[in-house]
Amino acid sequence: MQNRSLISINDYSKEEILHVLDLAGEFEQNPSRDILKDKVIATLFFEPSTRTRLSFESAVNRLGGKIIGFTDSASSSSIKGESLKDTIKTVSNYSDLIVMRHPIEGSARYASEVAMVPVINAGDGANQHPTQTLLDLYSIRKTQESLDNLNLFIVGDLKYGRTVHSLIMAMAHFNATFWFISPKDLRIPLEYKLFLDQRGLKYYEQRDISDVVSEADIIYMTRVQKERFSDPIEYERIKNAYVLKSNMLQDTRKTMKILHPLPRVSEISTDVDDSEKAYYFIQALNGVYTRQAIISLILGLKN
Amino acid sequence: MEKNIKQLLVSAIKNGTVIDHIPANNLFSVINILGLYNIDNQITFGTNLESKKHGRKAIVKISDKFFVDDEINRIALAAPEAKLNIIRNYQVDEKRKVTVPDEFSGIVKCVNPKCITNNDEVKQKFRVISKKEVSLKCHYCEKITDQEHMVFI
Ligand SMILES: [Zn+2]
Repeated sequence: MQNRSLISINDYSKEEILHVLDLAGEFEQNPSRDILKDKVIATLFFEPSTRTRLSFESAVNRLGGKIIGFTDSASSSSIKGESLKDTIKTVSNYSDLIVMRHPIEGSARYASEVAMVPVINAGDGANQHPTQTLLDLYSIRKTQESLDNLNLFIVGDLKYGRTVHSLIMAMAHFNATFWFISPKDLRIPLEYKLFLDQRGLKYYEQRDISDVVSEADIIYMTRVQKERFSDPIEYERIKNAYVLKSNMLQDTRKTMKILHPLPRVSEISTDVDDSEKAYYFIQALNGVYTRQAIISLILGLKN
Repeated sequence: MEKNIKQLLVSAIKNGTVIDHIPANNLFSVINILGLYNIDNQITFGTNLESKKHGRKAIVKISDKFFVDDEINRIALAAPEAKLNIIRNYQVDEKRKVTVPDEFSGIVKCVNPKCITNNDEVKQKFRVISKKEVSLKCHYCEKITDQEHMVFI
């Protein structure tokens, strides 16, 4: 994994994924170390994502590394006019690793082809966000003790949600059974169902959360955004059907955990936050350990 | 008798390649893909010809041009049923079919308007994930372009 860019969750094999998770566990035990002392990490955010940027920067800082970079917003554009290629080539000269977020899909793969240093994709439009997937897997394994043979309920926007698509690809390594719960307009795309068919994995599609949720090991909630609907009346009609409330948790498994990539809007009622089944805030913290593991593997500071 | 044969051969070529069974709609894509607008060889083509198999077809005859497989297989996306006749001294010396390549660059636009290949000077690159009903996975944005949405450059 040393010197290899991480652009898509498919860039890592099952063994490599497990290796990242093992190492993330080590960082959780002891998150502050000096192993990045001589390293400069560039964080290039061509669109704002404070949450992701802070998580990466926290990971680097706890390891003693230095950070350079920028966040481009609509008002202050430091880089506009320069091509992505030129920016990446230039920044390669100043850093040992580039963490990049960009609204254009495929931009991270392209950046990894022109950069002289490895690139970590911190989100390229609706395409991939592999460090999110790895922290999701870390959270699932930590709460369920194993990734194997789990019942995974995925709720909300399954059509456009990139975290959902990458999670499906990754969990397919571990013989998961999937329940896809979404409005009709935001159903899981056919290509993912074909992928699961090919792998011989079971999945079910539902319109309603409450029905079978007692079977769940993990409920993975996502945002249902109004902009995704061609018909606003349809959105108003269905939006409450995809909100998780504390009274729905009664018959769920004791070990069941609720995950969410955050930020949440209203899809998890705040009365769920106090339940010990709510795991989404710890999930975000796990992102720091997971990113520490990924960065140190790519820089060859850990084997 | 001899005269008859000569008449038949008026539009024939002495040496070169005849590409038959091109869907009429995709004739210009095939010309583009092979870069035929750019070469000095003598080229004749016919289009909107009756085809027993499927609708209207086009045919292209290129004198003194012999393609290597990698070159000719690029047209498989626009003309999957294309048949090649390699002509030597007015005779069909060899018949070939085209096969869809495993990977290729250029030729087709990525279906995703947000893809970097549609927003920057980055050349399209695809992996072929299905050859029967051709479907292509973009190397960059990872979206699938299927037969129905294929647009030739
Ligand atoms: Zn693309």
